[in-house]
Amino acid sequence: MQNNFPNEGMSVIVKTITRFTVWLIFLYGLYIVIHGHLSPGGGFAGGVIVALSYVHLTLAYGKNFVLERVDKFAMNSLEAIAAILIVLTGIVGLYITGYFFANFMGVGKLYTLLSAGYIPMLNIFICVKVGMGLYLVFYYLASFKPKEG
Amino acid sequence: MILSQFIFVPLLAAFLIVLFARKKENFAAAIALAACAWILIVSFIAFFKLPSHGGMILNNTSGWKIPYTICLILDNLSSFMLIVVNLVAFLSAFYAIQYINHFTGKWNFFALFMLMLTGMNGVILTGDFFNLYVFMEISLFSAYALVAFGTESEELEAAFKYATMGAITSTMILFGIGILYSYTSTLTMADVGLQLRSGGTPKMIFLVYGLFIAGFGLKTALVPFHAWLPDAHPSAPAPISAMLSGVLIKTLGVYALVRIFFNVFGAPTVVLQILMLLGTLSIVIGGFLSIVQWDFKRLLGFSSVSQIGYVVIGFALGTPLGILGGILHLFYHAIFKSLLFLDSGAVEYATDTRDLRQLGGLSKELKVTSATNMVGTLSISGIPPFNGFFSKLIIIIACISAGQIVIGIIAALVSIVTLAYFLKVQKHAFYGKKGSAKVLEKVPFAMKTAMIILAALCLISSAIMIPSIRKNYLNPIVETVMGRTSYIDKVEPYLDNGSVK
Repeated sequence: MQNNFPNEGMSVIVKTITRFTVWLIFLYGLYIVIHGHLSPGGGFAGGVIVALSYVHLTLAYGKNFVLERVDKFAMNSLEAIAAILIVLTGIVGLYITGYFFANFMGVGKLYTLLSAGYIPMLNIFICVKVGMGLYLVFYYLASFKPKEG
Repeated sequence: MILSQFIFVPLLAAFLIVLFARKKENFAAAIALAACAWILIVSFIAFFKLPSHGGMILNNTSGWKIPYTICLILDNLSSFMLIVVNLVAFLSAFYAIQYINHFTGKWNFFALFMLMLTGMNGVILTGDFFNLYVFMEISLFSAYALVAFGTESEELEAAFKYATMGAITSTMILFGIGILYSYTSTLTMADVGLQLRSGGTPKMIFLVYGLFIAGFGLKTALVPFHAWLPDAHPSAPAPISAMLSGVLIKTLGVYALVRIFFNVFGAPTVVLQILMLLGTLSIVIGGFLSIVQWDFKRLLGFSSVSQIGYVVIGFALGTPLGILGGILHLFYHAIFKSLLFLDSGAVEYATDTRDLRQLGGLSKELKVTSATNMVGTLSISGIPPFNGFFSKLIIIIACISAGQIVIGIIAALVSIVTLAYFLKVQKHAFYGKKGSAKVLEKVPFAMKTAMIILAALCLISSAIMIPSIRKNYLNPIVETVMGRTSYIDKVEPYLDNGSVK
């Protein structure tokens, strides 16, 4: 990856290590999300870890490096789409079974990855919503400049 | 009747606005108005269909039965509250279409507005303690953001103050819910009431009373807990001030207090006495603090503290007449206080100031604003035939017939104080000598329309007092509150008391 802002962020040691660890953190977040219905964790916890991988990158490389690669507008949109999908899941449940947020998919076999009906799906939506939302909060706080005087 | 639409329609609208309206700002107002209109119509349908359902509609969510799931309950009181909230919300949103042009980030405003509405509708409908807390936080967090919407230092300070106080008292409420949960092992309101009824009155319940009175008392802005309101309400944009003063303090405060203390705990005397005291203090202190204010909106904020005191003493009397007065004043205050806040917004829009010392002689240039403000003034001061007269009269009569003569006299005297400080507004803003502030801009059409509709409602809503309408539509609401734990009996058949599915 070409770095257009080589003088920003932390030292070379941190940057080099970050290159290895950022994927581990990101993948661990996804693992927590995908196994949310089987083991401790879930959409929220996994989403926070996914957001932390971005935060990690921002701390090591400076915010301009990350912002060149991820679009704030796209992040905002993804967050909104995830929220809409969560609500729509509830409405689909209402339409199919007559109860808001009813589990309208087959629950499958216990302890298998594809089980628990719509819960893995909701976990993924929540992960996107929380991950994008938390990173945006971090970004806006980081880019806030107080007025002089 | 699908009750969840009161929650998912505004929620969906909020995120659709975020998704689509960032580039095309006119979409934001369109989506918000459509959502508000939908739930307003549905809340009217729900109100008129309710008697044919036996006075209660209960919807379980996610296909389980209570107490293992969250339930949404529509009864006479909640359907009435839905109409009040969604009516004010629709008119405020309509007013905001053009008012919000003075700000940047229109889509932000409408998205937060819709989230606040979601929270309020949720608080009204939910039959679950923890769910109540969650919806309360949804509307409060949007309210914090909306108070800070202008991002001036004064507004940020007010929002910070509101957020700090709100967070502390929300924690108190959560703590109270936790204690109840540890004692009864259930979060469904009716089930908690049922367990408490069969288990006698444990000592810990008094701690819960205290936590809830402090928690919901701050949301209601009763006097020792009112310090945030005169800062927060003036700082918000005018349509939000109208929502905050008109309905938010009533939904999160009065409605939650009534629902929990009357319907779940069966209106314990000690709580009613405390509320009576706090209500009387609010009336007096709010009224006298209003007189000395020179900021138009801050004056209205203190006036809200005073008026909410009337509502609370109405309920705290515990007699049918008192509760009728409380319910009526809740409804009427929502109408005329929103009207007055929208008027103050129009004055600020036109002259760019809300300092009464700089205003003056606006009645010739801002005819609609001045006329509607006069209607609002007459209503809030209790001049017949405007609506405020009837509710205040009923509350004062109820005080006297319940033997609380001193409180009745105080309520009547502060009503004169109310007239005094609103005449001050009339003199310094609309009549009297011309001030230094000039009318820079005309008040646009949407703002005028919303104000005229609310002013008309000030008169029309007096018609509720016609005996046949009162008997058919108000008495069931009074019975819901008066029936105290009859709420529990109505929910009991829906409870699944077998083993966990």
